[in-house]
Amino acid sequence: MAARRIVITSGKGGVGKTTTTANVGAALAKRGHRVILIDADIGLRNLDLVLGLEKRIVFDLVEVAEGRCQLRQALIKDKRFESLSILPAAQTRDKDAITESQFAAIVEQAAEAADYVLIDCPAGIEAGFRNAVAGAKEAIVVTTPEVSAIRDADRVVGKLNDKHLPIRLIVNRLRPDMVRSGDMLSVEDVCEILSVELIGIVPDDEEIIDTTNKGEPIVLDDTARLRMIYDKIARRLEGDVVPFTNFDGQSLLGRLFGALKAG
Amino acid sequence: MIEWVKKMFGQTPSSSTAKERLRLVLMTDHLALAPEIIESMKRDLVDVISRYVEVDREKVEVNFEREDKALAMLANIPITAVARPNKPEEEPKAKAEPAPAAEPEPVAEAVAAEPQAKATTSTMSGPPPTRRRRKKKAGGSKPAPAH
Repeated sequence: MAARRIVITSGKGGVGKTTTTANVGAALAKRGHRVILIDADIGLRNLDLVLGLEKRIVFDLVEVAEGRCQLRQALIKDKRFESLSILPAAQTRDKDAITESQFAAIVEQAAEAADYVLIDCPAGIEAGFRNAVAGAKEAIVVTTPEVSAIRDADRVVGKLNDKHLPIRLIVNRLRPDMVRSGDMLSVEDVCEILSVELIGIVPDDEEIIDTTNKGEPIVLDDTARLRMIYDKIARRLEGDVVPFTNFDGQSLLGRLFGALKAG
Repeated sequence: MIEWVKKMFGQTPSSSTAKERLRLVLMTDHLALAPEIIESMKRDLVDVISRYVEVDREKVEVNFEREDKALAMLANIPITAVARPNKPEEEPKAKAEPAPAAEPEPVAEAVAAEPQAKATTSTMSGPPPTRRRRKKKAGGSKPAPAH
């Protein structure tokens, strides 16, 4: 069976691409899928750090591309999930150290050994973006409800449309309290502006800083509020119809319960 | 609490401002990214106007400017000659393909009154930014309440 090859991109930096890739990937692995995460951010490697695998890197993406090692030698298996592994980016090279066709070939090869290949795209729309998109068949665009992130997301959506990739949207770092007071764009607003199918709403939660500090995927923490959020995104990727949590119009009581069983 | 105070003083929530600004900036971005569409629109525009007056095709300029709450299209179409309006009702129909009646007439009248170079302005507002090749997928855009 052919693996799903999904690039996770945003245009703007710092909106949560790497955190999203790590946590959606972990959620898929926890649901029993074989998952390979590829860090396409050559020169600014971080996916390994977010997942706590930074000490185990031997080979990297560029060395695979240059034929200096096999893909399976460069893949780092996550000990916490048998079915999750990552291909780290090179830290001391530039974005042009690899070509689009080399990248596409690596994605192709990874797809033979996985159910899901998630590609963590670098910020921007230049060479790094073109590489990351080269082998992908689908895209997830991550944005935050801010004007600059949305404008950049729109630009990326245009580029992905040119490549005829199906696109889904994750609205990250939503502050429901600010949406209610009219100080933040709502998820409906963002979807309307970008005209892209929604696949996840991730509320802003300091918990994510804590788990990335420790290098732990959030789905491993059974008490984590965001755990169900990423699990739901994974299920929607599988094709399940999972209702979205309504963060916008909750009462105080609803909010209290929502905090307990957020999803 | 704060939101009630803001509402009492009639302040526009900043999210509405953000949405409006984004709508405009994305329209401008999309236009800038689609020069071939503007070219084709320019051709059509000049074709329609040339049914009534002679225009200098080489010097036609079409620009977009942001106004307060809308994007305005400014077209500068130099007119080189205007035929004497013998039968203003029938002449356009005789010259052109069927049914240009309603829309081009005001242009022709304005030009007839002052037959020098004239700018036509139209304003685009209201509908959200349009983009070719992009379709809004039903059902995906509105988060439904959770159980």
